[in-house]
Amino acid sequence: MREPCRIGVDVGGTNTDAVLLRGRSILASHKAPTSADVGTGIVQAIGDVLGRAQIPSRDLAGVMIGTTHFTNAFVEAKHLSRVGVIRLGAPATLSIRPFADWPAHLLDLVGGAAQIVSGGFNYDGRPIGHLDPEELRRIARDFRGRGISAVAISSVFAPVNATQEVEAAQVIQEEIPDVHLTLSHQLGRIGLIERENAAIMNSALLGMAERVVSSFRKALAELGITAPFFVSQNDGTLLSPDSVIRFPVLTFASGPTNSMRGAAFLSNLTDALVMDIGGTTTDVGALVNGFPRESSIAVDIGGVRTNFRMPDLLSIGLGGGSLVVDDGRRVQIGPRSVGFRILSEALVFGGNQLTATDIAVSAGYADIGDRDRVKNLDKRLVARAVDEIHRLAEEALDRMKTSATQAKVVLVGGGSALINRQLAGAAEVIVPTQAGVANAIGAAIAQVSGEVDRIFSYEKLGRAQALEDARTEARSNAVAAGAEPTSVNIVDTEELPLQYLPGGAVRVRVKAVGDLALAGAA
Amino acid sequence: MKIQLEHVADLARGAAILGTGGGGDPYLGALMLRQALQDHGPVDLIDVTSLADSDFAVPFAMMGAPTVLVEKIPNGNEMGAALNAMERLHNEKARAILCAEIGGLNALLPIVLAARAGLPIVDGDGMGRAFPQLQMVTYHIYGVPAAPMVMTDEYSNTVTFQCASSLDVERLGRQVVVAMGGSSNICLYPMHGADAKRSIVRSTLSLALGLGRTIRESRRSSGDPFGALLGYLRTTPYYQHCRVLFEGKTVDLLRETKAGWALGQVVVEGTGDCRGRRLEVQFQNEHLIAREGSQVRAVVPDLIALLDSATAEPITTEALKYGQRIKVLGISAAPIMRSEAALAVFGPQAFGLDHPFTPVEILNP
Repeated sequence: MREPCRIGVDVGGTNTDAVLLRGRSILASHKAPTSADVGTGIVQAIGDVLGRAQIPSRDLAGVMIGTTHFTNAFVEAKHLSRVGVIRLGAPATLSIRPFADWPAHLLDLVGGAAQIVSGGFNYDGRPIGHLDPEELRRIARDFRGRGISAVAISSVFAPVNATQEVEAAQVIQEEIPDVHLTLSHQLGRIGLIERENAAIMNSALLGMAERVVSSFRKALAELGITAPFFVSQNDGTLLSPDSVIRFPVLTFASGPTNSMRGAAFLSNLTDALVMDIGGTTTDVGALVNGFPRESSIAVDIGGVRTNFRMPDLLSIGLGGGSLVVDDGRRVQIGPRSVGFRILSEALVFGGNQLTATDIAVSAGYADIGDRDRVKNLDKRLVARAVDEIHRLAEEALDRMKTSATQAKVVLVGGGSALINRQLAGAAEVIVPTQAGVANAIGAAIAQVSGEVDRIFSYEKLGRAQALEDARTEARSNAVAAGAEPTSVNIVDTEELPLQYLPGGAVRVRVKAVGDLALAGAA
Repeated sequence: MKIQLEHVADLARGAAILGTGGGGDPYLGALMLRQALQDHGPVDLIDVTSLADSDFAVPFAMMGAPTVLVEKIPNGNEMGAALNAMERLHNEKARAILCAEIGGLNALLPIVLAARAGLPIVDGDGMGRAFPQLQMVTYHIYGVPAAPMVMTDEYSNTVTFQCASSLDVERLGRQVVVAMGGSSNICLYPMHGADAKRSIVRSTLSLALGLGRTIRESRRSSGDPFGALLGYLRTTPYYQHCRVLFEGKTVDLLRETKAGWALGQVVVEGTGDCRGRRLEVQFQNEHLIAREGSQVRAVVPDLIALLDSATAEPITTEALKYGQRIKVLGISAAPIMRSEAALAVFGPQAFGLDHPFTPVEILNP
């Protein structure tokens, strides 16, 4: 039996990339502008890598797709459904109504129907109120009468006890049989408003998710691919098509994560800083245990506050298209950039803007465009600009480091040619080949995860037992999501004691990750 | 002036800075205040001197765990229930609502009650910042008893505390908070205008508003929020001694929980002008002391605020993590909070620190 092949596809706003992997070898890669009809672009990209590697589609064990579809739908306020919200929490929580802080343009599309009804739990699991099924039925009929078929249900302390959300869901489904439904506990995390917002966003995307997934399915069928496919989520792990149809919000911001995971793969490093230098900006992130370090700040998506965990990224205005300006005292690089117009406006491409790329070519360490066009640049200006480029990169690295020890640095992205020196604070700078398709590689190698985020009583259980319970649950969640059981590892354990409360209540967050259980090809 | 919708964001950000790491995330308070102002109209912000000596005024706060509050949000009626119970106990109608704590969430909630009750809010509070316990207020220090205290939950279940001392109110109150699900509404330190004028830290709501407004405007114009922030603080009556004590990134973080307190310390490694140096900030819910080696740079009750080094957004101890880029601000506390009587209640010794209180302007000439 040979090692199975897998394909990673990254559908970005600008490019659609694909890579074909067997085990850890990259057999072929593809990069082309994203097509207006996304399916066509995917068919082309996959067809191209299969053709070039001469691999029949039946040898594929899986296709992994990273996409910005769902993020963009929210950012651009397109293709969203109106959502009816039912919050179980009364008599508590009435002082902040659902949709409280939503921007007007999204509220117009998604908002308009919300009810707070009796229900919810205290942190220790005692109910705040009991469900009234008749009231839920009335609300469901009202939603249906107003043409609302997407519903989000939230409940106070649902991560501690989800039973009311589940019971309420049954009632709603009886009244609206084809309802698109999200329960807030399915999206985890403590923080009622943020979790409720995530549930609303998810329900608003459910209609679109069915269409996107079926267009992916169709594209693969057209290529005769029968292997399962998956979509990458923002923590570097995978969702099955069925999960995407139920939880499209989990794909938000998977792009930077895939890029960092791809960098980890290409460099064989699990702990490093990753510097992704593009045309306009450089993103610096940290890999810890092979995954991006996550940001602890609440994240706004399209102006709606959520508590998704996103990769902790520092963006600075340094890229291949950054404009170079000398005011006599110092050379300024960026943040203004010619961006994607670099192919016409940079000096080496016959334009008349001095960019960071021109500096790297003139200094002799990059070979891009027409070298002759920059041979007469002032040598001292070039030397000072090269210094400034490296100083900016070093400062960004330093700001992302968490200790004074030297870190390994992986460079990816089209602008990585700007760097040619050892960087201060870096033990080693690694520029992998294939760095341009790190995104698609990150999608291809993604694993599957399981999480727990709940409040445990250390006084009742003891710390060791509570952590053991949480880890066991996280592992079984990972296996349920498709992980090969023997490969599952705990990658993150976080304990946050509840302030001002005696009783040893601690919020515990555990994440387990494992390799996707793929059927080996014959 | 009137507190209106447009002031809410500034007030919340200013209150978060004055929270010195604790006091809870004001975000939910801001959402509650917005809804209350929408439903009930603007709130009069009045100077304490405009209260008659005989006017009855009642402070309001929430007590409990911020982590509970982010789930079990109040309904609003329980706030009014607490106020009504207090009025019945005193057989007197309240003329105004007072803040107990200007730092964090509790800066905004009394304004929610004021909006719902149709009463003015007095410009000032009992802490000039945030503190973790009920007796750590100037009302207590200057002779206003905490009792009777009224505590309510989301069902408007009401418990009244008639206690011998403010410490007993704190101790017994804590037990009932747990029984109420970890988060309760309280009215306490009921007082009259004469007491309020004597014991309040004046003008702190205006100051919080000014802090928030300064950061917002500077981001739009100069892009130098710290310069603007220090410039503004220097014009204020209490906070004029202010310094950027340190600039760096967090490289170590210790947290533990003891008897319900979030204890710990964060180590900041210097960057920029502070390269090669290290600052340690110790906290118990709020930041208590900032030390560089054996040298103290600022100590409670002076304010120690940790802000994002680019945006000047305040960072709470709960949101602290490795690798954050921060600036540490040391800010002088109001003179009323630096008296001997005040230091006995919330000076360094009250938190088990052996360093005597030394003003931030003397530590950093």
